Amino acid sequence: MTPKSRLSSMPDPAWHERLISTWLLALAILGCMVVTEFKPWTLLDESSLRATRQFLASFFPPAHDAEFLKLMLVSTWQTIAVATAGVTLALLFAVPLALIATRTLSISRIGHGHVARLPKLMRNMVRGLLIVLRSIPELVWGLLFVRAIGLGDTAGVLAIALTYCGMMGKVFLEIMESQDARTADTLLINGASRSQAFLYATLPSCLPEMVSYTVFRWECAIRSSVILGFVGAGGLGQQMDLSMRMLAGGQVATMLAAFVALVWIADVISKQLRAWLD
Amino acid sequence: MAAACTFQHMTISLTNLTVRLGRGDDTRTVLDNISLSLAAGEQVAIIGPSGAGKTTLLHTLACAIKPASGTLSVHDVTPWTLSKSVLHQLRSRIFLAPQTPPLPPRQRVVNAVLAGRLANISIVESLLSLYKPKNAALAFEALARFRLEDKLWLRCDRLSGGERQRVGLARMMVSTAPFILLDEPVSALDPALGLSALKTIQDEASARNATLVVSLHDVQLARARFARLIGLKAGHVHFDLPATAVDEATLADLYGAEFEEAAGIVKPSLSGAVDLPAEIPTPVSTRCF
Repeated sequence: MTPKSRLSSMPDPAWHERLISTWLLALAILGCMVVTEFKPWTLLDESSLRATRQFLASFFPPAHDAEFLKLMLVSTWQTIAVATAGVTLALLFAVPLALIATRTLSISRIGHGHVARLPKLMRNMVRGLLIVLRSIPELVWGLLFVRAIGLGDTAGVLAIALTYCGMMGKVFLEIMESQDARTADTLLINGASRSQAFLYATLPSCLPEMVSYTVFRWECAIRSSVILGFVGAGGLGQQMDLSMRMLAGGQVATMLAAFVALVWIADVISKQLRAWLD
Repeated sequence: MAAACTFQHMTISLTNLTVRLGRGDDTRTVLDNISLSLAAGEQVAIIGPSGAGKTTLLHTLACAIKPASGTLSVHDVTPWTLSKSVLHQLRSRIFLAPQTPPLPPRQRVVNAVLAGRLANISIVESLLSLYKPKNAALAFEALARFRLEDKLWLRCDRLSGGERQRVGLARMMVSTAPFILLDEPVSALDPALGLSALKTIQDEASARNATLVVSLHDVQLARARFARLIGLKAGHVHFDLPATAVDEATLADLYGAEFEEAAGIVKPSLSGAVDLPAEIPTPVSTRCF
């Protein structure tokens, strides 16, 4: 038999599955578009184009009078402060929760591979808590806290802290479980406690990923804190809401520039931190 | 319970012990009806072909694998009947070093070594020691015993395989466990360094009056350094003899017909230096890209 005919007698076993999953995915996307009535061409209607053109034209020149810039500076600082406080609070709770919920750092698992019933229950409860925390959008938490404690930054900080705790806890958990479990097992087998094994095995392995994810979340929190401003949680969002209501395109343009600058700064910080940790 | 909490003089015995690994249809018997007993302060080498169950035996002695049947008894206590916390307390009196210790790449050598003392210190002290290593001198001395003291402040991913192995041994030196289990402690070291490392380990065990169990591929080294050899083959104790009673015929019987041939050409230590850890499950089905 020639090599070629031998190959034709043993076709790629993964090919059929790939073909089927490609078609299923295409069908699913098409279905979503039909349901959402996704018609991008309405953007090109004469009336839509006119409205867009008018709004964009009002962006120039961006507002740059001293009084507005000073207001911007205060709001930007407020936005950063809300995001930072929120993420810090989230971090303080997410790390211990992830530590409780992770399977790899389990002492009861040693010896027979399966986790004892009580720790398993506890683990699932923490996972459930993380799901509840992140399944409620920060906007909803924000509205809730604005009702409960009134307008202001505190509502924004709490809203971000709760949702982000859920997200960070879940991702930290997955980062920890994706690491080589034997590093921690070696210490656990020699009598170290869970938290000691975390400090001396898991943390040094996962720290760069955890730090870069936290900085990314901080960047997301800046965006969130802007959005929360629209519902009365202070900062740039509140200013943006006011400017939009007044159809002051110039002010909106300046604020958008400020957003881009903030995200760019977060990106630079993330890169520096990663390089420093490596 | 007082006796269970001190675990000072470790007499260890296995009675009709069977260990199975894997789950469901994949279960296989790795140790089959083994009986052994080790006196406090005794030093024993375990030899045998790859896959004989040496690593599993060490893990079972370390209370890291629960036997399917039979009794493991440590100082007249049966570990798997203890409460979880007392069992974990017992584990801190047993030191197990895997063949190549898995070390976090970004951890500094000083912390990797001091990790051997975690069972002796509080969580607060462990945390503070990460910030500023409190017992750096202890780690330095332990590393110096294996000629590795210059690497104290380096990161673990800067080390070679042999250096990593010696970090694992230095970790043993800073622990205070009276029962020491080492899996292939010198497999990545050259013969001279391997011999001196093994001497250091044995001196430390004697000084501590600790029971020492070492698995070795290098039969000649085992015969030269240990008074008692246990030959393990296919999950059974093939022989348990004083080193002086172990001759070429016994070894040929242990390793199979190729042993004599191989012994003439290559040293047995080179014939099967890699022993896969027993815990890695065989993949059932995986996505491929």
